[in-house]
Amino acid sequence: MGFAETFFNWGVFVSSLPLLLSGLKVTLQLGLISIVFGLVFGLVIALVRIYAVRPLSLVAKVYTDVFRSIPLLVLLIVVYYALPFVGVRLSPFMSSAVALVFVSGAYAAEIFRAGIEAIPKGQFEASQALGLGYRHMMADVVLPQAVRIVIPPLTNNSINVIKDTALASVVAMPDLLKQATQAQALEANPTPLIVAALMYVALLWPMVLFVGRLEKRYRRGER
Amino acid sequence: MSAIVSIRDLHKNYGRFRALAGINLDVAEGEVVCIVGPSGSGKSTMLRCINLLESYDHRGQVLVDGVRVERGRALASVRKDVGMVFQSFNLFPHLTVKENIVLAPIRVRKLSAEAADEKAQALLERVGIAEQGDKYPEQLSGGQQQRVAIARALAMEPRVMLFDEPTSSLDPEMVSEVLEVMQALAGSGVTMIVVTHEMGFARQVADRVVFMDEGQVIESGTPEEMFDHPKEERTRLFLNAVLGHKEAKKSE
Repeated sequence: MGFAETFFNWGVFVSSLPLLLSGLKVTLQLGLISIVFGLVFGLVIALVRIYAVRPLSLVAKVYTDVFRSIPLLVLLIVVYYALPFVGVRLSPFMSSAVALVFVSGAYAAEIFRAGIEAIPKGQFEASQALGLGYRHMMADVVLPQAVRIVIPPLTNNSINVIKDTALASVVAMPDLLKQATQAQALEANPTPLIVAALMYVALLWPMVLFVGRLEKRYRRGER
Repeated sequence: MSAIVSIRDLHKNYGRFRALAGINLDVAEGEVVCIVGPSGSGKSTMLRCINLLESYDHRGQVLVDGVRVERGRALASVRKDVGMVFQSFNLFPHLTVKENIVLAPIRVRKLSAEAADEKAQALLERVGIAEQGDKYPEQLSGGQQQRVAIARALAMEPRVMLFDEPTSSLDPEMVSEVLEVMQALAGSGVTMIVVTHEMGFARQVADRVVFMDEGQVIESGTPEEMFDHPKEERTRLFLNAVLGHKEAKKSE
């Protein structure tokens, strides 16, 4: 068999495509859910870390440190294979989502914290001097400025979350990678793997370009 | 005349450093008080205690219109009534000039957007930059930015305006445009407490000049009393240093 026939086999491609597309759908679902919940969770952790009373703020700090230290794959396996021993049985999808949200939330929290802390003290003081309450100070003055700072790193974080969904294949989640390896075994041909790899790239390349453009724009805006 | 701001036995320490060591000061409605003194004498710290940007020792007290300034419910209403202009402007960079001005009136005073906008336009005219409302702060000169900051504070219709070295971070050629606006405000009856190094302004505009050093009020009086016949040695030394320096600069 020639190179093209091995790696880009049309027949294999066509027959494995439905499986790959269903895997892509699962990957996207898992990615989106993990990104959205990770962001919300991260913002809450960041606000607790900065503004809550001492003990709570310490909990938030320990949380972000621990979950940025633990390898996602290890966490995922613990959640899926170890938690059932204490009666917590989660589906492959739920296990993967929980692990991804916990870890990406920790990273998002650090990004939000850096963004909020980058806002000069004078902005808080001016808001307070004008009589704005905490809610309006955050919503109208601090967060809109912080968001500009955090969008590029948060987009990066989101790219990582989507990439990391591939780890879910180890807990038998029928995501894009899992379906590709299955199809490859079925067809005894690596074409599905190549197609899956191309799908990941096609999905994430635009986001990577987007981050690059954002970073350039905000760097110019600062001057 | 009733005191709109009343400061009694105000103390504050940073660790072992005594920033404020028992300040007493009353400011009457409509009065313009200039606070002068060497750097690190506690002028700004005292000013920032009036709207609690800086906390102070419990034994003393700051009253604004009879209400004790402290954490809690009353603080919001005190801050509504106390406008502040900062050395570094502190405009909101993501909002246009007009949005900077209408934000607090809409959010805190619950003004309608139209009413707030009308008021903002009037204030911009009052500070002499009527046509800059749609620009962003970074597009304006320092002097213009500080005038926007003054308009922003005035939009809340405060009972008293605090100025914390409002011209200290301006390029020299922009100082006068800000001082002129402040002088006009003083003339229109706004109660003002101004921490400043501009002795010319203090002499011309103040009803009363207060000299502070080492966290205490050393002496206060009319500009004539303070500049022409200071009673205290420390006041004299300070004025000689500041004014002498100015004269020397002029003759260069």
